[in-house]
Amino acid sequence: MNNLTKNLLYVFVLTVLISVSIGCGGKKEKGTLIESDAASKVYVEPGKFDEFYAFISGGFSGQMSVYGLPSGRLLKVVPVFSQNPENGYGYTEETKPMLMTSRGFIPWDDSHHSELSMKDGAPDGRWIFLNGNNTPRIARINLSTFRTEEIIEIPNSAGNHSSPFTTANSEYVVAGTRFSVPPDNKDFPINTYQENFKGALSFIKVDQNTGNMNIAFQIMTPPFDYDLSHAGKGPSDGWFFFSCYNSEQAYTLLEKNSTQKDKDFILAVNWKKIEDFIKQGKGTDKATAYTHNILNEKTHTATSELIKTVKVLNPADIPGALFYMPCPKSPHGADVDPTGEYIVGGGKLATVIPVFSYTKMTKAIESKSYDGEIQGIPVLKYESVLSGEVKEPGLGPLHTEFDDKGFAYTSMFVSSEVIKWKLDTKEIVDRMAAFYSVGHIMIPGGDSKKPWGKYLLIMNKITKDRFLPTGPELNQSAQLIDISGDKMKLLLDFPTVGEPHYAQSLKADLISKNQLKIYKIEENNHPFVTKSEKDARVERKGNEVHVYMTTIRSHLTPDNIEGIKAGDEVYFHVTNLEQDWDIPHGFTILGSQAAELLIMPGETCTMKWIPKDAGIYPFYCTDFCSALHQEMQGYLRVSSKESNVQLYFNSNK
Amino acid sequence: MKKINRIILAIISLSLLSAFFTPLWEIDLEAPQYPEGLCLEIHINKIGGDLNTVNGLNHYVGMKFIEPDSIKELKLMPYILEFLILSGLIVSITGSKKLFYIWFVLFLLLAIAGALDFYLWEYDYGHNLNPEAAIKIPGMTYQPPLLGTKQLLNFTVHSFPGTGGYILILSGFISVLIMLSEIKRKAKRK
Repeated sequence: MNNLTKNLLYVFVLTVLISVSIGCGGKKEKGTLIESDAASKVYVEPGKFDEFYAFISGGFSGQMSVYGLPSGRLLKVVPVFSQNPENGYGYTEETKPMLMTSRGFIPWDDSHHSELSMKDGAPDGRWIFLNGNNTPRIARINLSTFRTEEIIEIPNSAGNHSSPFTTANSEYVVAGTRFSVPPDNKDFPINTYQENFKGALSFIKVDQNTGNMNIAFQIMTPPFDYDLSHAGKGPSDGWFFFSCYNSEQAYTLLEKNSTQKDKDFILAVNWKKIEDFIKQGKGTDKATAYTHNILNEKTHTATSELIKTVKVLNPADIPGALFYMPCPKSPHGADVDPTGEYIVGGGKLATVIPVFSYTKMTKAIESKSYDGEIQGIPVLKYESVLSGEVKEPGLGPLHTEFDDKGFAYTSMFVSSEVIKWKLDTKEIVDRMAAFYSVGHIMIPGGDSKKPWGKYLLIMNKITKDRFLPTGPELNQSAQLIDISGDKMKLLLDFPTVGEPHYAQSLKADLISKNQLKIYKIEENNHPFVTKSEKDARVERKGNEVHVYMTTIRSHLTPDNIEGIKAGDEVYFHVTNLEQDWDIPHGFTILGSQAAELLIMPGETCTMKWIPKDAGIYPFYCTDFCSALHQEMQGYLRVSSKESNVQLYFNSNK
Repeated sequence: MKKINRIILAIISLSLLSAFFTPLWEIDLEAPQYPEGLCLEIHINKIGGDLNTVNGLNHYVGMKFIEPDSIKELKLMPYILEFLILSGLIVSITGSKKLFYIWFVLFLLLAIAGALDFYLWEYDYGHNLNPEAAIKIPGMTYQPPLLGTKQLLNFTVHSFPGTGGYILILSGFISVLIMLSEIKRKAKRK
């Protein structure tokens, strides 16, 4: 071998060695260094409880999941906007009306944000609200039963995104539209966007005793995309702040066309002033159609009502109630600090985080320091409302939460990190990498007057290699960070359900002490209840057959049924007679095209079943209830349409 | 009777009223899947606590359903107690020693009869099992203890007086003391 060949060989071998050892891009160390005491900080002993409940929105699952913190243990998934075969939600006759809309029955939605009900600006544990983004709706979940009790549809909206945030005493829940659309969904040409499309901001009044919601009014604002919102508190109570992008009013290729201006806006809405205008008779009741669905706890049955009018306000009707604050650039979060003085904009394409001052805003309004107006809404001067900017925060500031020590935490989507900064000086004091691409973040009580500044939960949009791989589709991941000290410390990763967009959390005892354990059978007013086995029966009304069935460990009554004919509409009204906590029974029958029934103690649920063919159809209890669960079964005989088999039922004969 | 004894007798007679508001006896059941515990409260005129749950569990081994409406004692006992209270008060007013002795003996006999009746009911409840029961364990019976603790399959069963029961027992002891005091006085006079 000559020298050249030898050298070339060396080079070749070396190259192979290097490329083998590094691979493409090399294998990096994962995550940041974990403190040695991290495990003990998230370890909750068997039988012991977590300190916090966390309510994490389900995103494209349409539901809401409930976790314990700091353990990250999944406690429950509450069905809200999507059918849930696991417990029959949206399949039973009682719950189908919950998913009715003016567009018919909708089995799914995209649930973005959760918001706890509040008292004096702090979470009180009565209810939690959740928005349906795609078919605009707001849901209210009762936190003593963890059931969706009410869903109201929002007319004149599409992409119900800057929702469902509430005022300091949950007087109102708001629903702002992300897509501006023509009022009452008329089919204008898309290129008439600027004249004919509107951004509706809905204020939904909440009855403080029942929690029942009704749309008090809608404000028809210029056709921007309203993204997120938060209520004022303390001094700024009475105001609501909505971030919006696309002030360019683009309607095609928004990626480019809505990102041309340096600043978009945060819209400040003085809702107390609007209340006065309404008392003076301002606003018009416009014809529209939207549903209002309520679950009655005594009849265990939901009803859906179609409402035909909504009160609409134009900016001209309410002078001095709306102001645009310029905000760089395409803002996402509009977050109000615990004192109510600072409003932080999360301009996801901005290079700074703007912090607005409520005091300066009121002064600017008094002195009319305007920079023009948009469709009658004054635009305030950026400098006159700005408290300061957080400089060089990273890339893609998205959303800010607050602790109880004067610090703010902002997620940086593009640079995949969280920064901690001081509210008064706007100085960054710490930053931590997120794995990967953090979206929303949450501190228990962190958007309220009283944050419990112990943990920060960050919800990441990209999971990749954080857990054992599960094929192309991965669950999203959340990370828990200890924020009790000066430096943020990563404690825990855990997978979440759907795609969380936001979460809420509060001290567990605010909720755990109010839990309902059973439904009292004597208070069950279901029209088809069966309160004792003696009353179990089968009744025929034409081709409708109603089976009044009971369940108790370990039998269904009746468990032999004959005289059903092919094509009959059979309704199984099953009442669980148990009065003991955590003893549900299930019910299903061969060939059921619905989901199972999962019936809580003292509750009645109904399955509709239409047998097509004659034959024998076994039915059974689907929830392992007792040592004789497997014996909890029965037979139903279906005969042909022409047969004359008499209606017959019994148990133990 | 001594004046003080008459007063005490009136007080203990009236204290028996508490049995109308508080349970005479309590049977507590413990098992791993009942961390909150199960309890039967036996009152003078009803059975309270987790009766439905206990009934539901007991049918697996063939024990009878406890139906308070069909238990004669629960109907009878309020009258017996009312009689003891009223007659105790009358004895206290009259101050007749003879009547007191009669009242004392009646009280004692009724208490013994009550305990015996309760025991027999428990015996029947624990032994008289439905032959069609799903779970049959050879030689196993389920009689709860009259007083104390016993293991019955997966349940640890505790049986102790309730507040009303303790007051009743205490009243019994005090009436023994009255009795002794009156006998002593009689002996002195002679």
